[in-house]
Amino acid sequence: MSKTGRFGEFGGQYIPETVMTAVHELEAAYDKYKDDPEFKAELAELYRDYANRPSMLYYAEKMTRDLGGAKVYIKREDLNHTGAHKINNVLGQLLLAKKMGKKRIIAETGAGQHGVATATVCALMGLECEVYMGATDMERQSLNVYRMNLLGAKVTGVNSGTATLKDAINEAFRDWCSHIDTTFYCIGSVMGPHPYPTMVRDFQKVIGEEIKRQIMEREGRLPDAVVACVGGGSNAMGAFFDFIPDKSVRLIGAEAAGRGVDTDEHAATVAKGSLGIFHGMKSLFLQNEYGQIDEVYSISAGLDYPGIGPEHAYLHDTGRAEYLSITDEEAVKAFEYLSKTEGVIPAIESAHAVAAAMKIIPEMSRDSIVVINLSGRGDKDVYSIARYRGVELDEK
Amino acid sequence: MKNRIDACFEKLKAEDRKALITFVTAGDPDMDTTEGLVLEMFEKGADIVEIGVPFSDPIAEGGTIQRASLRSLKGGTDLDKIFALVKKLREKTDKPLLLMMYINTVFRYGTDRFFLNCKEYSIDGVIIPDMPFEERDEVKAQAEENGIYTIFLAAPTSHERIKMIAEESKGFLYIVSSLGVTGTRKEITTDFDELLAPLKEGSYCPACIGFGISNGAQAKKMASYCDGVIIGSAIVNIVEEHGRDSVPHVGEFLTSVRTALDG
Repeated sequence: MSKTGRFGEFGGQYIPETVMTAVHELEAAYDKYKDDPEFKAELAELYRDYANRPSMLYYAEKMTRDLGGAKVYIKREDLNHTGAHKINNVLGQLLLAKKMGKKRIIAETGAGQHGVATATVCALMGLECEVYMGATDMERQSLNVYRMNLLGAKVTGVNSGTATLKDAINEAFRDWCSHIDTTFYCIGSVMGPHPYPTMVRDFQKVIGEEIKRQIMEREGRLPDAVVACVGGGSNAMGAFFDFIPDKSVRLIGAEAAGRGVDTDEHAATVAKGSLGIFHGMKSLFLQNEYGQIDEVYSISAGLDYPGIGPEHAYLHDTGRAEYLSITDEEAVKAFEYLSKTEGVIPAIESAHAVAAAMKIIPEMSRDSIVVINLSGRGDKDVYSIARYRGVELDEK
Repeated sequence: MKNRIDACFEKLKAEDRKALITFVTAGDPDMDTTEGLVLEMFEKGADIVEIGVPFSDPIAEGGTIQRASLRSLKGGTDLDKIFALVKKLREKTDKPLLLMMYINTVFRYGTDRFFLNCKEYSIDGVIIPDMPFEERDEVKAQAEENGIYTIFLAAPTSHERIKMIAEESKGFLYIVSSLGVTGTRKEITTDFDELLAPLKEGSYCPACIGFGISNGAQAKKMASYCDGVIIGSAIVNIVEEHGRDSVPHVGEFLTSVRTALDG
């Protein structure tokens, strides 16, 4: 078995030969630049001056009092430029793309956050940008579609399959196969063929490094748990990675249970998935007995994916991380709860992490500490939450 | 027993002819039509037939085969039904039959069980477009143990990799004609003399060009660079248009391609 880019048995490079040389080229470029002092300095500057890093670690005092258990800290990735953690990864990848001399950038997007981040950094760096987005997602995230257009990106709707995130990835892969010489594929999560899962995690691990430094400053000790939502899993890998050696810290991922893991409408890959090979990686997938990938569902377009990054599959397999399934209803309640309690409107994706944290916090002692990674802000979700609650908004 | 693919290429070489390899998606629009199509294609000059196993997310395929896969899956096609089709076909033909499928289909079915079945039902080889050279060990031991050939793909981007891939490929080497996914193309601009040059030194399995070949003239031109051609989407387009009545139309098309190739 090839050991390239493996996390235990998970990962690998299961992609058509046409893109193999491009993946090797990317691997070589990433190996060259990842420890290059100049590259690191440039990226650090972009993180600081453009993305607004470090993001703050906020003590949620009212929530702590209300839940009556562990002290709650919220990592404010929602305050990053473009409103989510996605910018960290995009700045890293596109800086690399520039070093590689690539002029055209393609990306997939689910909720639109990665697409917006990619369109933003392309505008900043003067790169051509095309974003693939499922037609269903374009409808439920029309604001982000307009935002990408505003930033100068072309948004291409994908009607194949379920017209959601996985289909957008399929189409981006197909584009990449056709334009391999000029095009850099900026994958938005810790998924795909090696080196993406490792590279994207490396560009996101700043989240966990900051949490550790900030909590040590505030509390003088490590947290007892770090909680993050998981679709492909990039904000969670970013938050978890620096804590993996710290065995006292529970790492908790929140995946989307949609209308419930016992229905056909969920995206709970860890709870209900099985080992498979898809989108370039061996990992856990929701699929039938013949390996056909399932249609998945979540209220959250960003978690609406039938797989999970290979490093998460490994963390699950080895028991280092735990994964909880959060239903639409629980996520919406957490969305409303955080808005009212702390004055912070979370992305519906991040609301899954809030909901998971709310399950464990009351059972923990008052001197314990939980950090919730608030991966994004919820402005984009206000319409769909209103719709979920039966309220029709009309801005005309 | 000698693998049917090797025997096929030896015979073609002796006759100084080029191989015509054709593709259909199993179960599009139904299994009976697929059976008729495979037999008709052999009848009208195909040397080897690839049976496409539909996958929900075929990332290497263009619109034509994507749509065919979807039609087939909606009709309830699965791998066991395809093995049943192969069993029926084997009562009527002894020509080489390949399965073209995505790696997850093999893996999820169980790699051991899959290759045992291939042997039992007399499949000669498999083509797995999302299993590159680097991941060959995913199936290598089981394929070899059961005498099933794994046909690897080389692309216009494979330059320094092509020898390594050709050494691993059994039966023939599948040369992807152009960048991009499957589907007919007006023009194929790859410099095959340059791409295939490394294979001139030394002895490798035959090379056949596929992706985008849509008519006899194109097939004839592509075959001039190698040992044969593979035609998929052009056939699937005819099936899409004529459905259950597509057999004679596909036969007619193949007759024209075979005539051009042999002319």
